Amino acid sequence: MTNDLIHATAAELAAKIHSGEVSSVEVTQAHLDRIAATDERVNAFLHVDTEGALAQARKVDEDVKAGKQVGPLAGVPLALKDVMTTEGVPTTVGSKILEGWLPPYDATVTRKLKEAGVVILGKTNMDEFAMGSSTENSAYGPTHNPWDLDRIPGGSGGGSSAALAAHQAPLAIGTDTGGSIRQPGAVTGTVGVKPTYGGVSRYGLVAFSSSLDQAGPCARTVLDAALLHEIIAGYDHMDSTSINAPVPPVVAAAREGLSGDLSGLRIGVVTQFSGEGYQQGVLRSFEAAVSQLKELGAEIADVSCPSFDYALPAYYLIAPSECSSNLARFDAMRYGLRVGDDGTRSTEEVMSLTREAGFGPEVKRRIMIGTYALSSGYYDAYYGSAQKVRTLITQDFAKAFENFDVLISPTTPTTAFKIGERANDPMAMYKADLCTIPANLAGTPAMSVPSGLSDEDGLPVGLQIMAPALQDHRMYRVAAAYEAARGAFGGPSL
Amino acid sequence: MTSLVELMDYDEVVEKYDPVLGLEVHVELHTNTKMFCGCANVFGGEPNTNTCPTCLGLPGSLPVVNGKAVESAIRIGLALNCEIADWCRFARKNYFYPDMPKNFQTSQYDEPIAFNGWLDVTLDDGEVIRVEIERAHMEEDTGKSLHVGGATGRIHGAEHSLLDYNRAGVPLIEIVTKMIPGTGKRAPEVARAYVTALRDLLKALDVSDVRMDQGSLRCDANVSLSPKTTGELGTRTETKNVNSLRSVERAVRFEMTRQAAVLESGGSVTQETRHFDESSGSTSPGRKKETAEDYRYFPEPDLVPIAPSREWVEELRGTLPELPWERRARIQKEWNLTDEVLRDLVNANALDLIIATVEAGAKPDEARSWWVSYLAQQANAKGIELTDLAITPAQVARVVELVNSGALTNKLAREAVNGVLEGEGSPDDVVEKRGLKVVSDDSALEKAVDEALAAQPDVAQKIRDGKIQAAGAIVGAVMKATKGQADAARVREIVVARCS
Ligand SMILES: [Zn+2]
Repeated sequence: MTNDLIHATAAELAAKIHSGEVSSVEVTQAHLDRIAATDERVNAFLHVDTEGALAQARKVDEDVKAGKQVGPLAGVPLALKDVMTTEGVPTTVGSKILEGWLPPYDATVTRKLKEAGVVILGKTNMDEFAMGSSTENSAYGPTHNPWDLDRIPGGSGGGSSAALAAHQAPLAIGTDTGGSIRQPGAVTGTVGVKPTYGGVSRYGLVAFSSSLDQAGPCARTVLDAALLHEIIAGYDHMDSTSINAPVPPVVAAAREGLSGDLSGLRIGVVTQFSGEGYQQGVLRSFEAAVSQLKELGAEIADVSCPSFDYALPAYYLIAPSECSSNLARFDAMRYGLRVGDDGTRSTEEVMSLTREAGFGPEVKRRIMIGTYALSSGYYDAYYGSAQKVRTLITQDFAKAFENFDVLISPTTPTTAFKIGERANDPMAMYKADLCTIPANLAGTPAMSVPSGLSDEDGLPVGLQIMAPALQDHRMYRVAAAYEAARGAFGGPSL
Repeated sequence: MTSLVELMDYDEVVEKYDPVLGLEVHVELHTNTKMFCGCANVFGGEPNTNTCPTCLGLPGSLPVVNGKAVESAIRIGLALNCEIADWCRFARKNYFYPDMPKNFQTSQYDEPIAFNGWLDVTLDDGEVIRVEIERAHMEEDTGKSLHVGGATGRIHGAEHSLLDYNRAGVPLIEIVTKMIPGTGKRAPEVARAYVTALRDLLKALDVSDVRMDQGSLRCDANVSLSPKTTGELGTRTETKNVNSLRSVERAVRFEMTRQAAVLESGGSVTQETRHFDESSGSTSPGRKKETAEDYRYFPEPDLVPIAPSREWVEELRGTLPELPWERRARIQKEWNLTDEVLRDLVNANALDLIIATVEAGAKPDEARSWWVSYLAQQANAKGIELTDLAITPAQVARVVELVNSGALTNKLAREAVNGVLEGEGSPDDVVEKRGLKVVSDDSALEKAVDEALAAQPDVAQKIRDGKIQAAGAIVGAVMKATKGQADAARVREIVVARCS
């Protein structure tokens, strides 16, 4: 029974809970038990909110019993990335500097999940302040990839994706600034979606890079991701950058895709994302996916987006610049860590000692890069140029979408690498996001759907699907059709 | 605390140097809510009660622009004859300071909402000077630090500091002038007159409380001296903490004499921020910064650009009230005032009060008489501005009405005004509480007159002998006996009647 519950999809669980076949408390408890049994090895969760989860589950069960109308995912458990504020529940963003902080408010995403009856199991591990591609930068130790515990689960949202792969939760929330939903999805064999920028409110998402950060759904199936997408998306007056437009019909698109017919759909293969640095196993998995999409009726051709070659350097100027300002508020004055306040030191000294002790090396590196890039005299050369590249990338996307409905590429050049393998080589680490960054810079939606296992190392590979802004449903349709055609590819044994 | 500073004689300063002014005025808007969140925008309050995740800069919080503040900014820009940007953005001004919750201020940098305007300023003698406005931009206020312990109340030397974020995020408009050269020895007066004119304008627009004492209007004065011999621009200082109109004038004058003394002694003026000390009337250097501040401005990514439509701007232009100078011109004509009288009324800060009193029902002469004589004396005695007296024009108009209806004598009216000034309530409240009413009962007055006549038989005899002017003494005695509540004219009639 327990085994069935943790292996079911969110849609299946919701149907069972809403029909009274099983209670949300049972489902929740099964997942809490799974976490208890496996998380010492995986380290996906920073905080498990057993009481809060069970209380929410009981409430849904009561509503179901009383015959009340409940939301499509009411009663289904979810793992929430620790970057989203949760009222009264620790929110560390993977950093020592926020250890012990209890936010006085819920993020809009948190609020929407609660209102929809989704059961929040706890908060998941992440690279500190979402800066990283391996979850090794967490101040609370790395998360381990359930497919191979010696390997990274991707990052920054490695905790959320690992929780899905380890069947600790059927749903998760991630945030994607340069690939932090999609790359972990790819290397853990799960689905990860970065919606159109502004599609999901950022209110309560502890900012890394404001103009790039976007929260999105993570799941083991495309339909589950779509169901979760519709719950968290939508205009929010608390976020000025949120889009005041109807939520794209992603659930309908996912269901339509399950029919398996993609005839007439035009798919562009981005030529920039192959060649040197790409594992053969990844490229072969991608080629196989292309063949399957063709069999589904899609018309596929190559498309060149030359400015994508400059995406990585542009990203590593814009994101650190914004982060250097966003992270200035962590100064020991109002919340979080305070170091050296012994009555002999000045405010500046306490601020400085706290930031020295509270931030990890990667965060410090990016704050320094960003501070430098924004300095007077360098602004035009660095931040200014990066913004121009951003415009060019947006134009490349626009041109490509004149001829193609969606674009595809591998999600990441390699499968999961070993923990520690790239820890001392930031450039190698940064390259994990090579294929995912352009969509962040352009604000367009993109997702990763598993394309099976690499024939080289038996580890999961991801297929990235990209769509124009506000056309999130297009990629869901393609992903669902592909997922059905691909079939099952097994799972990790834990 | 002030070290001895060498100053140069003022006349000598202006003989040798041309002062160049630049004025930056920060205005707190009195919108209902703060600039980027829904917290109440009110002065004071228990520390940290008007706060929320956004104005406390909590992790994850986001700003949302207050539309009313944008509207006020545009109206201010229009009233200052500025161009209004088709498109503008907020920027982040990054620096660490504990009273700034995010350690950056959300402000406008190279894309202000209003720019290139001017304000005509009338000096005490009626001369009009046009001050060019460089820009008016929107930003948010910081919280307040209270430094406990230590001698100066500044952060240096304090034992600990308390932070109050009630003011954090209050909408501010910063209005910056272009350089104001050529004012010569009148520079201090020009500075004061400019801030006064701006204050009156903002008041007429009803966008701010414009209370310098509460910090809702704050002025930073930039001053430099240009030697007449070379005409080269000098190094400027920026004086902050200038909390009254008079201080604006004093601060500019002090800086001119200080800078001149520095230059005369062969030194050079240091470009720095200085603080004005009200009690000594002098300025002193602010905390020295070890490195040049680099604010690392960049466009605020949490906000979308503001693009006010031309239709909206024109609609707002239509909401501009009669501006102070337009109003003055109209009143001068309507009341037939000479330039001199008008100027005196303006300089005494009385004109707007008189106009408001007239609007509340009094006649111009009656209103003027109250404000320029009795009320002016009261303000003088208290050492405060006429505008700060605790009586409203409507209350003055009510007192006038009570006198005109015969309910109060002039003397009783002054007592009613005293009551209002002492916080006893409205004129009617004071009349009620103090029992102020004209004794109009003739039999009571006759009795009082008879007693007074009996007490002063020689005076009574003089009156009976036809020396009517002697009646004054009896009237005075009766007024005293009735505590001023009798109608003096009626008393006189009774005295004459009793003695004939
Ligand atoms: Zn607030």
